[in-house]
Amino acid sequence: MESKMAMTKKTAYETVSEHGLSYWLVLAVLAAVTGIGFLAAYYMEHNGHYVTGMNNQIVWGLPHVFAIFLIIAASGALNVASVGSVFGKVEYKPLGRLSGLLAMCLLVGGLGVLVLDLGRPDRLITAMTYFNMKSIFTWNILLYTGFLGVVGLYMMTMFIKSWGQYTKAAGTAAFIWRFVLTTGTGSIFGFLVARQGYDAAILAPLFIAASLSIGTAIYMLVLMWIYKSTGRDLGDEVMTRLKRLNAVLAVATLFFVAVYHLTNLYITQHHGVQGFILVSGSVYTYLFWLGQVLLGTLVPVALFWSPSFTGRSSITAGALLIILGGFSMLYVVIIGGQAYPMDLISGMQVTSSFYDGEIARYTPSLPELLLGLGGVAFAVLATLFVVKVLPFVPQSLADQSEA
Amino acid sequence: MSQVKVEFHQADLSKRKLLKAASLGGAALAVAPGIKLFQAAHAKPDGQPVTDKNRWGLLIDVNRCADGCNDCVDACQTENGWGSGSTDEQNSRDDQKAQWIRKVSVKDPQTRREFNMPVMCQHCENPPCQDVCPTGASFQREDGISMVDRHICIGCRYCMMACPYKARSFVHEALSDQRAHQPRGKGCVESCTLCAHRVDKGKIPACVESCQHGAMLFGDLNDPQSPISTKLASIPSRQLREDLKLNTGVRYTGI
Repeated sequence: MESKMAMTKKTAYETVSEHGLSYWLVLAVLAAVTGIGFLAAYYMEHNGHYVTGMNNQIVWGLPHVFAIFLIIAASGALNVASVGSVFGKVEYKPLGRLSGLLAMCLLVGGLGVLVLDLGRPDRLITAMTYFNMKSIFTWNILLYTGFLGVVGLYMMTMFIKSWGQYTKAAGTAAFIWRFVLTTGTGSIFGFLVARQGYDAAILAPLFIAASLSIGTAIYMLVLMWIYKSTGRDLGDEVMTRLKRLNAVLAVATLFFVAVYHLTNLYITQHHGVQGFILVSGSVYTYLFWLGQVLLGTLVPVALFWSPSFTGRSSITAGALLIILGGFSMLYVVIIGGQAYPMDLISGMQVTSSFYDGEIARYTPSLPELLLGLGGVAFAVLATLFVVKVLPFVPQSLADQSEA
Repeated sequence: MSQVKVEFHQADLSKRKLLKAASLGGAALAVAPGIKLFQAAHAKPDGQPVTDKNRWGLLIDVNRCADGCNDCVDACQTENGWGSGSTDEQNSRDDQKAQWIRKVSVKDPQTRREFNMPVMCQHCENPPCQDVCPTGASFQREDGISMVDRHICIGCRYCMMACPYKARSFVHEALSDQRAHQPRGKGCVESCTLCAHRVDKGKIPACVESCQHGAMLFGDLNDPQSPISTKLASIPSRQLREDLKLNTGVRYTGI
């Protein structure tokens, strides 16, 4: 209660002016990685996708994993602001500006990767002018661009004093928008009736839970880094709240993953694809059990929840593992879902020159990796740059006992 | 020019002779027992839109589709300028090269029965590729033929994710050796057009014309008197992935 009262006091925001060489160095490295990402995209577009690991079986490769990771992370990063504005948790309100900024930057980074991996990125204007409203992709184009507008307005209500009365309304609109957005992103796969690994409505809530978990983890990392590199105070109260929230969200994600797989294990028709993901011993099996479940969920939840781990390094490790888990999940869903062959004739074995009936092979190429990393670098670069020129970050987030 | 449809039972008569004979003839002709030629829909005059009066489709008899025969695939490649029909796609790996039609070998693991069949775009009445395409580049003609508008395809490949038949290919490199009637291009998705350029001129698709075993029948599913419709009415036939209720234009018998 005492801390709540204290938090309701006016929060002083400042641009990040305190910086050493490390801040500029990090910005320079991020700019370089972003530039390399652009060069990789140019290389792939100039030559054509034959220089990638993608093929006519695995049509969406590593860039899509990065792009969708960033897009759902964007939606999740807004979670911190929503908790403050929509649910009235005053402790979270000082964190709102950075939350919105990070959400917008992550989304732009993800969309950049998505667009640069198109076969014809030069036709972006076509995508913005020809709409097939039955396509969930079209809906997502509108949802993604709309998200930038809605969150932008939400941010303005936080910055312009006279608009402050609209913060809750704008925050609620952004909260609803991001729910619909992640539902749309999950439905990209949920609506694919042809493939046994997809075609499941639960992918939408699964993506929502994963987005909240990944977004919160990224938010914690960025917050800790900014405060550490600028020598500002970041209290344990704030971080304890965030890490516990992240633990709950990670468990929620695991719950949806469990329901998804257990439901499919009950359906004989889906035993093949479930066996392929869960027990076949392929790269997807390792990514699922080791990357997604063990390292990506159970270990970070223990790190976040156990009283044995109290330091910032355990939070950093936990957040990085959550990110690893989210990335593993998307790799398994996106690539694994394509790798398992489609059922052309029920109950029959099929073979052809077009790899019917075979597990599709895919080895990500370096340019694909560089494009994806470029998107991540851009998102972080944009965030760190904007906090230098606009007052997004509270001067102090010290515990009340210290403040 | 008259539209000619050739029944399954072609025996050993030259198809070209049959086509020529049919083009000279008028109404249905019975050339020999089991061999029938029909005059049906006329070629669409240039400048007139395609209408839903016709719905073009194929009937494939897997019992006649010969093991090791690749004539339909070869004919499609030559006609549409992909695979061996073009000098393009030299950089692409085998798993990156386009395949508009392929021969699929099928085996029932329980009964050990084996058969072959060509698989191409199934020209669904409710095509998932069209549903998911963000720009509307995946579209369907009024006569049921599914196509890609290469002018507005952005190369997102969502249609390839959605197609249950793996009927679509993405072009992984720049192309130069193309047919004038079948433009292809780097970064776009493509698939069987049911040889729309031939159908509009009153011809049958190249794959059907090339089949020496009488395994493929092309015709108008909307015309109850057409050979394909009468055949479909008299024999059992199946759609691939009929559980999806896409009402495919390509049907199979003998599965």
